[in-house]
Amino acid sequence: MTAFSVAGRGLVGRRARSASGSRPPRERGDGAKSFLLTLIAVLAVAAFLSPMLRSMSYSLKSLEQITQAHSPLYPADPVTFQYQGEDLTILNVPLPDGTMRQLALFEAGRRRSAFIDPQNPSAPPIEWQGSWRTLDPVWQFAPHWENFGEVWDLIDYPRLLFNTIAIAVISTIGTLLSCTLVAYGFARFRFPGRGLLFTLLIATIFLPAAVTIIPTYTVFQKMGWVGTWLPLLVPAFFANAYDVFLMRQYFMTIPTEMDEAAAIDGAGPFRTLISVVLPQAWPVIVAVAVFHLVYSWNDFFGPLLYTAGKVDLQTVALGLQRFNGIYYREPGLVQAGTLMTLVIPVVAFLLTQRFFTRGIVITGVDK
Amino acid sequence: MVAPSVARPRSLPRFSGLAWRRARWGYVFIAPWIAGFLAFTLIPMIATFVFTFTNINLAQAEPVRFVGLKNYETLLNDKQTWTSLGITFKFAALALPVAVILPLLVALLLHSRHLVGSGAFRILFFLPYVVPFVATVFIWGGMLNPETGWINYALEAVGVANPPGWLEDPGWVYPGLMLIGVWGIGAGIIVYLAGLKGIPTDLYEAARIDGAGPWQSLRHITIPMLTPVIFYTIVLSVVEVLQYFLVPLVLQEGTGEPGGSTMFYNLYLYKNFFTFQNMSYGATLAWLLFLISLIITLVLFGTARRWVYYAGEAR
Repeated sequence: MTAFSVAGRGLVGRRARSASGSRPPRERGDGAKSFLLTLIAVLAVAAFLSPMLRSMSYSLKSLEQITQAHSPLYPADPVTFQYQGEDLTILNVPLPDGTMRQLALFEAGRRRSAFIDPQNPSAPPIEWQGSWRTLDPVWQFAPHWENFGEVWDLIDYPRLLFNTIAIAVISTIGTLLSCTLVAYGFARFRFPGRGLLFTLLIATIFLPAAVTIIPTYTVFQKMGWVGTWLPLLVPAFFANAYDVFLMRQYFMTIPTEMDEAAAIDGAGPFRTLISVVLPQAWPVIVAVAVFHLVYSWNDFFGPLLYTAGKVDLQTVALGLQRFNGIYYREPGLVQAGTLMTLVIPVVAFLLTQRFFTRGIVITGVDK
Repeated sequence: MVAPSVARPRSLPRFSGLAWRRARWGYVFIAPWIAGFLAFTLIPMIATFVFTFTNINLAQAEPVRFVGLKNYETLLNDKQTWTSLGITFKFAALALPVAVILPLLVALLLHSRHLVGSGAFRILFFLPYVVPFVATVFIWGGMLNPETGWINYALEAVGVANPPGWLEDPGWVYPGLMLIGVWGIGAGIIVYLAGLKGIPTDLYEAARIDGAGPWQSLRHITIPMLTPVIFYTIVLSVVEVLQYFLVPLVLQEGTGEPGGSTMFYNLYLYKNFFTFQNMSYGATLAWLLFLISLIITLVLFGTARRWVYYAGEAR
C-alpha cells in the first residue's frame, strides 16, 4: 500500500485529503529504506542545484581569484603578511625536508626566492630554490559583496527594475481583468458554440508562436509600436488560454446556489461576478497573478523583439544579456547580475508556492 | 429575473428568450478573448500563410507584390533549412526522453512514503523553473565551462582525463544544451505528482493481496494510470522542442556556433524574420514548422486511443 498523504500535501492545502487515507504504519526495515531514499534525494537535489551554488560563489569572487588557477571553489583572497610596512603574499612552500610551510614571499625570483616565516618574522629570510610562480597562495574566505554594487551601477539596475516591474504589473492587471471575464463567461453561461470556442482556446496552447509572430510583428512595426512597451502590454488585456483555463476550472468548483440567490435579489451578471464569485476565488486569482508576474518578469523573447536597441525601455532579462556581452571577461560580475535577475521571481514563488503548484496541477492534469 | 441555466433540459439545446438573454451575456464576457483570438492568433495565422506568397521584406524598399511560389522554391533549395530541421530533430531525439522520463522519476522519488521531507524536496526541485531563462543560461554556461565549470571539475575528480568541451564542441553541444534544459523539469514533476496522488489506493492494496511486488505495481498500476499525464507531457514537450532556439540565441548570440551545430530551425527562422527582416521567407519557414508540429500532434492524438488510459469516460 502506498500513502498519498505525504507528497503533494501543498497541492490541496495544508489539510491532507481524507480520501487518501492515513499514512500506513511503518514496517520493519523502513528506517533503512527511508535513510537510503532520503540520501538519494539529498544527493540528487544537491547536484540539481549545484549550478546555483557555483553562481553564488562566483558572484562573490574577485577577478584576481577567478583568473588564478587552483584557487578555491569558494570566494577567497590570498592571505598576506605585514612585514616592514609591506603586504607580503603567503604561499604554500614545499621545503627540501619534505614539509609544506606557509611562508610570506619576501624576494620574488625566477630561480630562487626568499621567504619570511610569519611565525618568526625576526629570523633571517629563508632561501628557496625554484620559481615562486609554481607555488599556490594560501587562501582565506573573503566574499566580495561589492560585485553586486558594481553591477547595480554598471547595468543601471534601478532603471531595469522599474521597467520590469512596470511591464509585469500592468500586464498582470490586464491578464487578471480579461481572464476573469472570459473564464466567468465559459464557466457560468451556456451559449451556442461554447464547446467549440473552448476547444479553440485550449488548442492555442499547442500552437507554435512562430506561426503568428511575423504578421503581428509586421503590424506592430507599421503602427510604430516596435520600440515601445505597447506590444508587451496590450495583448495581455485580451486573455490567454492557460490562465482562462485555470480560472474557469476553479470557478466551476464554486457552487452556483449563491449566484442564483444573488440573481433573485436582482443582481446582474457583473454584480454576481464581483460580489459572489470573486470573493470565493481569491486562491486562483493569486495563482494567476503570480504566474503572470513570474512569466512577464522572465520573458525574454517579447522584450527582445520589441525593445531591441531601446536601452531605456529594457527589462532586467535583456539588461543581463547586454551586460554579459560587454563584461563576459568578468564572470564574477556576470554571475552577480544573474542572481540579481532571479531573486525576485524566486522569492515570489517561495512566498506563494502553494498557490503556484496548485495552479500547475489544475492546468496540467485536468485537461 | 434570470432562469438558471441548469434548469434547461440537456437534450434540447434550443434557447428560449430568457436563455438567449443569458447566452448573450456569455458572449459579452468571452468577448475579450474572441477579439484577442482574432487579432493575435487567427488573422496572423492567415496572414502568415498569405505572406508566403509575397516578397514582404522590411529591410528593403521594394514594393510589396505577390511572387507566387517563389518562397517555396527558395525553401526547397535552401540547404540551411533542411540542415536546421535535422538539428532540431536530432536534439529532440535526445531531449524528449529526458523531458518526459526525468520528471517522472523525480516525482516517483518524491511520492515515496519512505522519503523524509518530501515537501521541501518538491520546492527545491521546482525552484529553477521560476529562474529567468537568461539567468539559467548564464548559470549553466559557467557550470559547463570546459576550464572553470564544476561539471568538468567533477569529471576530473573521478579520473576523466579529457573532459568534454560541452558547449564549445559540436560533438558535445547537444548533451550540454540538454543539461541546461533539465532545469525546466519542475512543472513536469508537479503534474506527475498530482497524477500519482490521483491513483486510488485500493488498486495497490488489491495488487498487494494478489502478491504483486513494488516493481509489478509500478509496471501494471502506476504507469498505466499515469498515461494521461505522460501523454500530456509528451505533446507539450514535442511542441516546445520543435520551437527550441532561445538558449543558443543567448549562448552563442545566434551565430550557430560551434560549427553551425546550434543553428536550430527556429533560430534560422528568427534570423530570417528579425535580423534580416525578410518577413515573407520567415513566414514560409514558420508555416512549414506549423505543419510539422500539427502533423506530429495529430499523430500523437491518433495513437492516444491505443495506450492512454482514461478512467470512466473521456472528458
